[in-house]
Amino acid sequence: MIAANLLSPGVGLIVYQAIGFLILLFVLGKFAWKPILGALKEREDSIESALLSAEQAKNEMQALQADNEKLLAEARVERDSILKEAIATATSIKESAKEETSKITARMIEDAKAAIEIEKKAALTDVKNKVAVLSLEITEKLLRKQLEDQKAQKELIDGFVKDLNLN
Amino acid sequence: MFEKKSVVPSKALLISFLALFLLLVPALSSAKASSGGDDKEGATDFILHHVVDDYTWHFFDGDYGTIYLPVILYSEDRGIEVFSSHHFYNEAHEKIAYNGYEISEDGHIAALDEGRHAMDFSITKNTAMLILIMIVLSVIVLSAARHYKKNPRTAPKGVASFLEPIIIYIRDEIAKPNIGKKYEKFMPYLLTLFFFIWFGNLLGLLPGASNLTGNIAVTFVLAMFTFVFTNINGNKDYWKHVFATPGVPKPLLLIMVPVEFVGLFTKPFSLMVRLFVAITAGHIVILSLIALVFIFQSHAVGVASTIMVIFINMIELLVATIQAYVFTLFSAMYIGAAVAEHEHH
Repeated sequence: MIAANLLSPGVGLIVYQAIGFLILLFVLGKFAWKPILGALKEREDSIESALLSAEQAKNEMQALQADNEKLLAEARVERDSILKEAIATATSIKESAKEETSKITARMIEDAKAAIEIEKKAALTDVKNKVAVLSLEITEKLLRKQLEDQKAQKELIDGFVKDLNLN
Repeated sequence: MFEKKSVVPSKALLISFLALFLLLVPALSSAKASSGGDDKEGATDFILHHVVDDYTWHFFDGDYGTIYLPVILYSEDRGIEVFSSHHFYNEAHEKIAYNGYEISEDGHIAALDEGRHAMDFSITKNTAMLILIMIVLSVIVLSAARHYKKNPRTAPKGVASFLEPIIIYIRDEIAKPNIGKKYEKFMPYLLTLFFFIWFGNLLGLLPGASNLTGNIAVTFVLAMFTFVFTNINGNKDYWKHVFATPGVPKPLLLIMVPVEFVGLFTKPFSLMVRLFVAITAGHIVILSLIALVFIFQSHAVGVASTIMVIFINMIELLVATIQAYVFTLFSAMYIGAAVAEHEHH
């Protein structure tokens, strides 16, 4: 019966099938599956690494941004402090200048006062001296006139002596 | 809306049925002529001739419808003999003896002398089909591989985009989960296995094609490959599991070891039988439905069986893929069991 052929494998077909499959396994394995699987793996790896690096770049970007903000804030703080300092310095300079000026003015006024006082004293002394000289001269003249007689002279001397004793 | 739309496909369907029916008419008349008197007997022969291997490749009746394939025999006394299988047939296409050989009842070549024996290495219909499948598969797969060699980092195009999802599926859903870390080593085998069976199944469904993957010699060889791949890669744990199953009491080992040992062979045997039966049965169902037309010789049966043949053909397309998947999956599982490293015990 031909039906028996269904279950009786042909020796030739077994041999050819084995050889044919081995050839396919070798040819496809070497020239198709290896490059295809390699390329697939390479592509998957590259996609994965690209995703990873993108994530990394994002993180770096964020860090950079944070850094920038920090720097900006620091700069702002520094600027503020510098400004404050400058204002303080300016104020202190102004203040001290004012003080100096008033001191100088005061000293000048004092000096002027002192000079005026000295001048005044000098003038007064001068006047006194002049007055004294004049009084002496007047006195002399008066005395000369009065002491033209002896009696008057004697009276005067006595008066002086009296005064001396009293002292 | 719905009514309008449904008119078009039904019309197309009707036309295709009619066309198929018209195509079947000459086949019907030729079958009637060749089947002789007993229609049922003729139908069985008609079906079996289409599913078994042959020394000729018969496309249609007539002078040019048959390709006579070369017969190659090796015997100790005569050495290698090569001649056309045409010599085994007379003008009426009846089997005759030639050169001391004949095609026996079971379809194989046998020597007429009782004592003689010849090894048969003929290029049979299935061998020719095997070469055809090898060429088709190689051309398609190698042309896909060219894309990956040229520009490995770009998205697949053309044939590559058709094969890539299948390759990735076999890698990620069959090899990785069943074999584990060492899957890469077995990928070329699993891919070749899948595509060979799949292409064999699909090309075998073409009218006039040979039933290669439904031949027990072919499924035997494929199962043997899995058997060899499994056992040469079996590690210590695998063999220990077979010959000294851990955790089993000593007396029970007397039963367990033979069972496990037989299991080594039942695994590939099941692979062999499953593919052979699934594909051959599918062909027989389709051919039986076609044979119904010849037996009943009625137009109504012709239309009905044509519809059924189309329906079964669709299922066969599915079966072709499923069987290729199942064979690959089980091969991966057997290999996986052999290379698995058990951390327990």
